[in-house]
Amino acid sequence: MPLRTEPVTVNIGPQHPSTHGVFRMRVTFDGEVVLDVEPVFGYLHRGSEKLAEERTYTQVITLTDRLDYVASMTSNQAYVLACEQLGDIQTPERGRYLRVIAAELQRVASHLMATGFLLNDLGAFATPLMYCFREREKVLDLFEMLCGARITMTYLRVGGVFQDAPEEFWPALKRFVAEMPHYIDEYEQLLSENEILLARTRGVGVLGTGEALNCSVTGPVLRSTGFAWDLRKVDPYEVYDRLEFEVPVGEHGDNYDRYKVRILEMRQSVRILEQCLAQVPSGPVRAEVPQLYRPPPGEAYGRVESPKGELGFYLVSDGGIAPYRCKVRSPSFINLTVLRDLLVGWKLADMIVTFGSIDVNMGEVDR
Amino acid sequence: MYGLGILNGMLVTMKNLVRRPFTVRYPEERLPQHPRFRGQEFVWYVERCTGCASCAKYCPLGIIRIVTHPGGADLPEGDSYAVDVFDIDLGRCMFCGLCVEACPYDALFMGSGFEEAQYERGKLVLTVDRLKEAEKRPSTWFRPQLESRGYSPFRDPPLPWELAGREGWRYHLPQRPGSGSEAGPPDARREEAG
Ligand code: SF4
Ligand code: SF4
Repeated sequence: MPLRTEPVTVNIGPQHPSTHGVFRMRVTFDGEVVLDVEPVFGYLHRGSEKLAEERTYTQVITLTDRLDYVASMTSNQAYVLACEQLGDIQTPERGRYLRVIAAELQRVASHLMATGFLLNDLGAFATPLMYCFREREKVLDLFEMLCGARITMTYLRVGGVFQDAPEEFWPALKRFVAEMPHYIDEYEQLLSENEILLARTRGVGVLGTGEALNCSVTGPVLRSTGFAWDLRKVDPYEVYDRLEFEVPVGEHGDNYDRYKVRILEMRQSVRILEQCLAQVPSGPVRAEVPQLYRPPPGEAYGRVESPKGELGFYLVSDGGIAPYRCKVRSPSFINLTVLRDLLVGWKLADMIVTFGSIDVNMGEVDR
Repeated sequence: MYGLGILNGMLVTMKNLVRRPFTVRYPEERLPQHPRFRGQEFVWYVERCTGCASCAKYCPLGIIRIVTHPGGADLPEGDSYAVDVFDIDLGRCMFCGLCVEACPYDALFMGSGFEEAQYERGKLVLTVDRLKEAEKRPSTWFRPQLESRGYSPFRDPPLPWELAGREGWRYHLPQRPGSGSEAGPPDARREEAG
């Protein structure tokens, strides 16, 4: 008599150590092979977009901190860029450079986190993660000098940044820029050629360029498919048109390429920081914007290349002190749309790694 | 050759094995904090506060509660309101510092401590009495006048209210400048000279 088998449906999450936040996947398995995935999210929904409608433009900055809480600087940045478009405000040069410095530091911190947790998902329990956190800690120390906080910064303001960097920030940033390449070398020595990592990530979770474009996937996930799309290049904001950097791309769009693109992007970020250090002019850091900012009626869309992809804020103003409507285009959420296609046909263990390699942040997915 | 990458990685592990540790044993040892650190309590100077409630209006969460009564005889001439209630609910505060940014009289500062854990939510409310009695070690966040003076809440003694503001020290004398009295806090004199 043949053995009778049937698919089994398993809930992974919402509170599972491997799901990077409160995220639930309802997965149908045939043995160990994934037949179907149904992502369930919304557990972290806080109604940020609605809350923004009853807060003044400056107060909303504190909400944007809490969208992608491992990259709050870039969330701040996208939001204030949209606000500035509304009121047609010119940010002083030094303010823009400080913003670029903050955003690039944030990119390094976020990619370090993504790399560390990818390895954690692969089963390299905590060691590479702790190496990555060691450097992330240095970035957070720099943030503490800039704005007094380490995670939820509220550093950027409409029209600039809230205050100039203290004197001791510049030597500390120089030291960081000098040290960081060595640490990235160290990760590469530890990981990039590691046979276990290669065996587990090469050719796993392959995403094609066409499919990625169809699903509006952005950020490192899109670039890993070989398509060089980086808002800092194609639609330069702040001072990115004056800075030299490359857009690293992958070839196959597999998990390894996503890891590799992030490592290469960190190197480019350090390069940008180096140039910023040389170019940053003196002068004011904040344009004259009243505390109760009241832009004229209209609408604006501000977008930045956040560590996870294109992060956009769409704001509608009715001339009042609070946005009439605030819509967030969050890259984590949109990148998740390819999750099912990436996972079907792979095994349970690959599923966790592939999910980790997309690098989503649930705060941003659910908003 | 298979295994070479792993051996190479092991070298990194060995290197880190002999490195000086990056962490400290927390309760006994502490990492230095930057003076701008936005700590988990507030420094509030009753002498400086006029009861204008700008801070309460500017707080995104509306967690500052202020009750005042007319304190001075001549309010249009700048006499301040007396503050009866000044509650900050730290249990809901996110330490964004916007209230400090809003205060026009430099009466409210972020604190510098970070060990405010309590067993009950009710104990997290900072009342006006607690604020009055608390040690005044303000963070330099959004207070460039403290920063340019090189004040550090972790190293320097608590800051009296006369020295916390952005105005010159003469502003607080009973008689206005030019009326004879030249004695002032030593720090302030240096500030004015420089
Ligand atoms: S720090 Fe922010 S949340 Fe806390 S009382 Fe001040 S404005 Fe409100
Ligand atoms: S602390 Fe400052 S803003 Fe708040 S009531 Fe007093 S003077 Fe006004």
